[in-house]
Amino acid sequence: MLFLSQLINGLQLGSIYALVALGYNMVYGIVKLLNFAHGDIIMVGAYIALFSLNFGHHPVLAALLTVGGCTLLAIVIEKTAYSPLRLAPRLSLLITAIGISILLQNLAQLLFEARGRSFPAYRLLPAGYIELVGTRVAYTSILTITISVVSMIVLTFLVRKTKLGKAMRAVSEDTGAAQLMGVNVNVVITFTFAVGAALAGVGALMYGVRFPLITPVIGAMLGLRAFVAAVFGGIGSIPGAMIGGFLIGLLEVLVIHMGLSGWVDGVVFALLIIVLLVRPTGIMGRNLMEKV
Amino acid sequence: MSDKKFVIPMPVRYVINTVLLVVFLVAANAVMQSGALGRAQTAIIIQIGFFIILAVSLNIVTGYLGQLPLGHAGFMAVGAYAGAIFWRAGMLPGAANMIMGFFVAGIVAAIFGLLIGIPALRFKGDYLAIITLGFGEIIRVLLNNLDWLTNGARGLLGIPRYSNFLVVYICVIITCAFIHVMMKSRHGRAILSIRDNEIAAESCGVNTVYYKVAAFVVSAFFAGIAGALFAGNFGILIPGDFDFMMSINILMIVVLGGLGSMFGSIVAAAVLTYLPFALQSSESVAFLADYRMIIYSLLLILMMIFKPSGLMGSYDFSMSRILEKIINFVIEKKGGKKDVAS
Repeated sequence: MLFLSQLINGLQLGSIYALVALGYNMVYGIVKLLNFAHGDIIMVGAYIALFSLNFGHHPVLAALLTVGGCTLLAIVIEKTAYSPLRLAPRLSLLITAIGISILLQNLAQLLFEARGRSFPAYRLLPAGYIELVGTRVAYTSILTITISVVSMIVLTFLVRKTKLGKAMRAVSEDTGAAQLMGVNVNVVITFTFAVGAALAGVGALMYGVRFPLITPVIGAMLGLRAFVAAVFGGIGSIPGAMIGGFLIGLLEVLVIHMGLSGWVDGVVFALLIIVLLVRPTGIMGRNLMEKV
Repeated sequence: MSDKKFVIPMPVRYVINTVLLVVFLVAANAVMQSGALGRAQTAIIIQIGFFIILAVSLNIVTGYLGQLPLGHAGFMAVGAYAGAIFWRAGMLPGAANMIMGFFVAGIVAAIFGLLIGIPALRFKGDYLAIITLGFGEIIRVLLNNLDWLTNGARGLLGIPRYSNFLVVYICVIITCAFIHVMMKSRHGRAILSIRDNEIAAESCGVNTVYYKVAAFVVSAFFAGIAGALFAGNFGILIPGDFDFMMSINILMIVVLGGLGSMFGSIVAAAVLTYLPFALQSSESVAFLADYRMIIYSLLLILMMIFKPSGLMGSYDFSMSRILEKIINFVIEKKGGKKDVAS
């Protein structure tokens, strides 16, 4: 059953993209910033998990450290680099984000060497598999997909049902009006970055399990593909990011299966361009009018 | 103090500039010929040359048009491969081959700029950034996989090494002069008006789509020329040379130099290209070369927070203006007695 195993493979990959895409999506929804550093936060998370596991920490502790570390990093970045630019032109913000991304990559290169380290996936998740209609499905695949779906349900709950979630939606709709209604915009923005980074931390763990070679540049390409997933699904929509992520994951597995592994990035970006031209709001996105 | 200030008339300004450029060329060429500079230094000077072209051409779209494309390395790659393939074919004799190669490189890159610009410029800000980044990556993937044309990842070898100092210098001058003249014309003002307020520009009758695409195409054209210089300098092309980091390097030059300042771009291109070389060549500070990218990125972030207009802001160097100031100063000292033609 080649089809089933490839399908599971694609869904596993897609659930990683989906988690990362959610981070982009939430931040973009609120501050209209393409957070270039998001992918590199995942890279940092992967290194935290790697060192923690190699140090002999319990998997749960390692996972908590990873998620916590990513969250902290994102809050520090937001407070030091992005928040002074809240009123600056968007171009400055975007250039700052690129600067942070390069900074993180090169710091990692200096601290952890460029050659890459192997991720001790076996210490994090059990390595067995189950038989499913004649196909071996690894526990890690099932766990990855499950964790990602659960994260998304929790996030949807957070955004739809809690007071902070309501504030987030208000800020993304109209920052000025939200502020007038007594929403503390700065807290909400920081919280959004933190939530996105926490999801990135989960994504980092799952990335390490799926691709057990961690280098300082893994974040860049992962981040870009995840951003394509976010645009594909529709910026500002949680289920959209999830669907987009799964579709990109499946597409990538399909392209590689066809023996065109050198073309993956080309195909992904070609898809992005087509989506933007045909339906700029993505599958689940809403239409936004430009205000004068 | 008289209100009348001495102003150098336009034709004289052109004469001053031309004389300056020729003097500089002769002096620099004499230095290059005398062999006072080592091979490494000559190579750095040539590299500074094509980074100036890249930065100044990116500045059209980033500084003057106010958009942020992240695929400049893609146009450079297209130009480099187009020029290299043309040169290798060697259809024309000698210098004609070289000159035609530059045109081919620029025009092919410009065609790609048109193809990419028309869809990409429907978007703004982040979307434009990501869509141009995507195009840049697609170009790299194509170069990597179209073996029959580009020899893929193994690299295109045996490219004639046309890029000597004279050729690079002339290309830099033509690029800067063209862009300067363009930006001073009504077309340039139209582009600036789009940056400052697109909706207002459009309602004043500026054809925004036309000017955006035109700026993009001109930018791509010169990036293609820089690519051809790059090919002619190294004699070998590998698709990996033109990755995302190359686009970022060019962007860094433009941003640190000052968005919209040609002088800033030129200074920043020279400093940022020469600095790593200078650091490496002296033992005591060689370790700083390893921290180069960290320092640059920190500079980028700090610059955006504290001085978003860049090192030079929108300041542009003008010899004539300096001369005017001196002359006016002298006149003022003399009590403004002399009658000055304005």
